[in-house]
Amino acid sequence: MTYKSNKTGWRYFLIAMPFMIYVTAFYFVPLFGWIYSFYNYNPALSFSQLQFVGFDNFMKMYNEWSEIYRVLKNTLAMSVLSILVTPLPLVAAIMLNEVKHDKFKRFIQTVTTLPNFISWIVVFALTFAVFSNEGLYYTLLRNLHLDVPVIGIMGNNGATWFFQLGLSVWKGIGWTMIIYIAAIAGIDNEQYEAARIDGAGKFGLMRHITIPGLAPTFFVLLLLQISNLLNNGFDQYFVFYNSLVADKIEVLDFYIYKVGWLVSDYSYATVLGMVKSLLGIALLFAVNYLSRKTKGESLL
Amino acid sequence: MINKYQGSLSERLFDWFNYVFMALFSLVCIYPFYYVLIYSISNPRLASKGIYFFPAEFDFDSYIKVLSLNTIPHAFLVSLEKTVIFTVLCVYFSSMLAFLFTKRVMPFRKTMYRFVISSMYLNSGLIPWYITMKTYGLRDSFLLYVLPGIINAFYIILIKTYIEQMPSSLEESAQMDGAGFLTIFNRIIFPLSRPIVATVAVYASVGCWNTWIDNYLLVDNEKLQTIQVILFAYLNEAQGMATDLMTMVTNANSGRQLQLSPETIKMSITVISVLPIILVYPFLQKNFIKGIMLGAVKG
Repeated sequence: MTYKSNKTGWRYFLIAMPFMIYVTAFYFVPLFGWIYSFYNYNPALSFSQLQFVGFDNFMKMYNEWSEIYRVLKNTLAMSVLSILVTPLPLVAAIMLNEVKHDKFKRFIQTVTTLPNFISWIVVFALTFAVFSNEGLYYTLLRNLHLDVPVIGIMGNNGATWFFQLGLSVWKGIGWTMIIYIAAIAGIDNEQYEAARIDGAGKFGLMRHITIPGLAPTFFVLLLLQISNLLNNGFDQYFVFYNSLVADKIEVLDFYIYKVGWLVSDYSYATVLGMVKSLLGIALLFAVNYLSRKTKGESLL
Repeated sequence: MINKYQGSLSERLFDWFNYVFMALFSLVCIYPFYYVLIYSISNPRLASKGIYFFPAEFDFDSYIKVLSLNTIPHAFLVSLEKTVIFTVLCVYFSSMLAFLFTKRVMPFRKTMYRFVISSMYLNSGLIPWYITMKTYGLRDSFLLYVLPGIINAFYIILIKTYIEQMPSSLEESAQMDGAGFLTIFNRIIFPLSRPIVATVAVYASVGCWNTWIDNYLLVDNEKLQTIQVILFAYLNEAQGMATDLMTMVTNANSGRQLQLSPETIKMSITVISVLPIILVYPFLQKNFIKGIMLGAVKG
């Protein structure tokens, strides 16, 4: 570093400072809120007035284990189910890649990615329009004089996990498909030509070139999904919550909201959120370590 | 195109199946939107008996009702306003920080970069976030919608990768002419990053348009309600109605009479709340596919 560049360097540093203050204020200051897990938080009191309770709030996790077990079961069920369907967008992308009409291809891409861009509230609105008792699906069944269940799919406790899985696949598949399409575009064309000269047909190209070419992307997405095992998000389960499916739809993020908001147990909700975040980071590092060991590549 | 390449029988069968499958797949993705649209512009009485492909008697009453309800046009404007302001701030400042991170002469560059990237993985959780925002005085404030999230680590990775690929001679020549940091950024780097900036703008604006949890938890002021929360309030009312109906199956018929019009109204609000996305995003699609390709290369 020469003297002159060092001077400009420090000027850049000064410009970067407000950004660092911003990042601290909006991403790191909230982390200090974790301290409330050791207190009995009461919004009406100032910090010095709060009662220090040590690990009492953590003990609550132990005491309410049956609740947590139920919520964890839902969380893991939804996560594992969505990990099981990770090959779907890959298959869809390979199929879309075989569509040779450019206009049709672009149309499919545009239409199938649309659901990714709407909020879960709108997804709920659309689902309600289609699957509520007065909605499209049951009206169609009635018009065809077929049996209509008294309680529709949105209130069907036994189907909840699969119904929610279906909704998230519907919302996300087109988007993930585009990621794979981008990866296919990155595969060297010479490989295809060489294979074609060797006499490979359409299926041969898929099996020997496209699929191996997509494997790294698939692997990365899979690992990211595994690291998000405890994070199924909040919006989806919040909007689809109703008393009929309550015990199957409560995932960790929803439960934290419930404890914090509806029960107003701020401290316990903070404990749960903190433990979840820390486990999530541990999982991410574990997965990253695995990826480095097996592929020699780091995710982070 | 297909005929040019003569495949085996199984390959042609596959093609045939593939086209049918893709058409069905597209239909499944788009039909719910279409259904809500035709329902919202149909005569409610006829629509409730079942419509599938065409509106039953055009009837725009529900839109007239919805738009004459002051809350909905107002919420729409609030959503629009927060989305535009947030997107501009987020794109501009995230790009500027990304540009700074390409400056090798900047001291502590790597440390600061890691610091910003780690914000992507550290999540304080709902309650600490809520308490912090409240402490900052963002409760019931428009700033709550536009301040958090301006600096986004993921966008910074995307933009930084893009800027690093640009030839450095562009900047050097401007520097020779005596241009300062802001001039170089505003006049050269930012305009030249258009493809990635457009991608990030799509992510940011769609995200902002769809976010509602901030509104739901921290804003009670009616004047600041966003369209998503208004839509949810209307839907929730209906959901309550539906569960009541299920428990009182005997009263289903009288209940249905009552539900007819609200049903159409809900669909109209749904259409209004997705309209901006449907109108804007097909035009930006080309850009975000490029953006994903950059991301995929990185991943």
